Amino acid sequence: MKWLFKLFMKRSSWSFPYFLFLLVFVVLPLVLIGIYAFQDDAGKFTLANFSKFISNPEAANTFVYSIGIAIITTILCIVLGYPAAYILSNRTLCRSRVMVVLFILPMWINILVRTLATVALFDFMHLPLGEGALIFGMVYNFLPFMIYPIYNTMSKMDHSYIEAAQDLGANPLTVFMKVVLPLSMPGVMSGIMMVFMPTISTFAIAELLTMNNIKLFGTTIQENINNGMWNYGAALSLIMLLIIFATDLFSDNGEDRASNEGGII
Amino acid sequence: MKDSNYIIEFSHISKSFGEKCVLNDVSLYVKKGEFVTILGPSGCGKTTLLRILAGFGTVDEGEIRIAGEDITDVPPHERPVNTVFQRYALFPHLNVYDNIAFGLKLKKVKADEIETRVRKALKMVGMTDYEWRDVNSLSGGQQQRVAIARAIINRPQVLLLDEPLAALDLKMRKDMQMELKDMHKSLGITFIYVTHDQEEALTLSDTIVVMSEGKVQQIGTPTDIYNEPVNAFVADFIGESNILNGKMIRDKAVEFMGLEFECVDEGFGENAPVDVVIRPEDVYIMAHTDSGQFEGVVQSCIFKGVHYEMTVLTANGYEIMIQDYNAFEVGQTVSMIIKPSDIHVMRKERMCNKFEGTMVDATHVEILGTSFVCNEVANVAGGEKVLVEVDFDKIELMDNKEDGTLMGDVRFILYKGDHYHLTVRTENNDNVYVDTHDVWDDRDIVGIRIQPDDLRITFV
Repeated sequence: MKWLFKLFMKRSSWSFPYFLFLLVFVVLPLVLIGIYAFQDDAGKFTLANFSKFISNPEAANTFVYSIGIAIITTILCIVLGYPAAYILSNRTLCRSRVMVVLFILPMWINILVRTLATVALFDFMHLPLGEGALIFGMVYNFLPFMIYPIYNTMSKMDHSYIEAAQDLGANPLTVFMKVVLPLSMPGVMSGIMMVFMPTISTFAIAELLTMNNIKLFGTTIQENINNGMWNYGAALSLIMLLIIFATDLFSDNGEDRASNEGGII
Repeated sequence: MKDSNYIIEFSHISKSFGEKCVLNDVSLYVKKGEFVTILGPSGCGKTTLLRILAGFGTVDEGEIRIAGEDITDVPPHERPVNTVFQRYALFPHLNVYDNIAFGLKLKKVKADEIETRVRKALKMVGMTDYEWRDVNSLSGGQQQRVAIARAIINRPQVLLLDEPLAALDLKMRKDMQMELKDMHKSLGITFIYVTHDQEEALTLSDTIVVMSEGKVQQIGTPTDIYNEPVNAFVADFIGESNILNGKMIRDKAVEFMGLEFECVDEGFGENAPVDVVIRPEDVYIMAHTDSGQFEGVVQSCIFKGVHYEMTVLTANGYEIMIQDYNAFEVGQTVSMIIKPSDIHVMRKERMCNKFEGTMVDATHVEILGTSFVCNEVANVAGGEKVLVEVDFDKIELMDNKEDGTLMGDVRFILYKGDHYHLTVRTENNDNVYVDTHDVWDDRDIVGIRIQPDDLRITFV
């Protein structure tokens, strides 16, 4: 009995269920994607899946288009979210806590529900569904994920940096450009990670808001796998994973600062 | 009053945060090139005064001039002052060089001039070769040096220092004090230094401004402030002191601890009540002899490094603190002498509590925002304005705040040899002064009660 108790008390034993979960639901699928991507239907090693992607203009175009949409969404989120976060972090607005909750509130509602509501809204206002609606839906869905990390970094920023800059002769614009903006970059980096990566792989929003007229890369993968083309789908997933991995590396220097200064991840 | 030699002129500055008045009609004039220290306990308004000078706070009333120019409404970035912040506030995204060059780059100074000046500033604070270091990798003392370099490189007319050494350890603080003093000499800039450390103030300053409760208590040189404190607060705050109630019998003769002493003060009038301040190092203590002025028994004796600190209970029941190089045993009877020039006599700020009030009816008077029961006063209709006097020792303080007629908290404690003199702040921000033998702590919440017999009412 004693050994059982000892085992129970050790902190490392507590991590075992999580470890098992990660192994079964994260590591194993990743390995399977890796294996499937280099196999043909018969299970033989092949690079045909990748050459099919490169030679097939439709898939490659969708891929480039998806990245384009993701970049546009991310930029729009920064443009809209940064000023919002800046206003929210302003301590003179005493009701800002309420404002923050109002901005974050949509995050609590299921993404599909929100998107269906957007479709209904466009219908009601007689606006056409399509590319515009797609970008609107993406920005609407992902904006809170941009605002929150930036708001977090800004509201934790030591006010004495701003005073020090003023003291050294910086006018309000210079204070913003030379102090507030650089010090809030970790938050922006977290925001990009939170918006750009999910937008590449999203397909539900694209399906609903474009009446299935515009295909994103996520849709292509989903269609292939639905049609039983597991190997090709795995290869496409692997390509997408590599892209996500690359953005992760790209923003790596910002990331450790973000964790220090209260980014969302 | 005004003089063109003054670089900084604060005229009648008042400032409140909500209900709380933090600066109450403060006027202060600083000469060019002076090292001025604003000294006071926390919450006395010293940092607020500095922030107002830097431009981070506005004033409710009054005017500030720098070099004769009214800057009351000038934003911080246009003021000819630079600040060394308490927590340094070095920009974490810039290295040492860019932190120091920040101000010069904004002024569009040429790159090669910036470089020479940054190197010079770094040399001045003893941080040569640290240009490219990340500020987060520096120790507290090094960050402090960079913060000073960042401020002085802009050649401000006035350098403001907000408790710059508070976060450093003792040894480092002493070194930095000397360096700051040298820096002040070689730069010739006016320094305004805020601290709560009286020793630091005495060491560094040309002029000390002692503040308390939003008011300037005394302005003077370190020697003046130490030797001739104007009131009991200053005497208590600067250095150690014995503060006793006394009476000026006539010119050059003062009575305290029940004895008559020769002193050097004149002009108080005959039999005027006074406060007497005696520094613990000014009492000469010796083994029992007939040539002493008074005698007592040693109560405690503590070694303080250079001297011994002793408490002596005199024959008349007064406790006094004495510092001497020789130790005397606890329980030993000793004799003491105080030289006339070491007895500092100060006029009492007040003899008793005076409150303005209104009669409610024949047996009730309203003072301090509360109605008190008083002895019956003839011919009262209610609403008459009155002046109520209460002696310090007639105010009762209660542990249990519900037992009192009103509530207050203990703000300032002065030991007067045989009793404590307390300043109690009521809920309505009025001060009540109390003499008591009981021991209270700073910020204790107490109930206040006054017996009807002790209210002396006069009509105005």
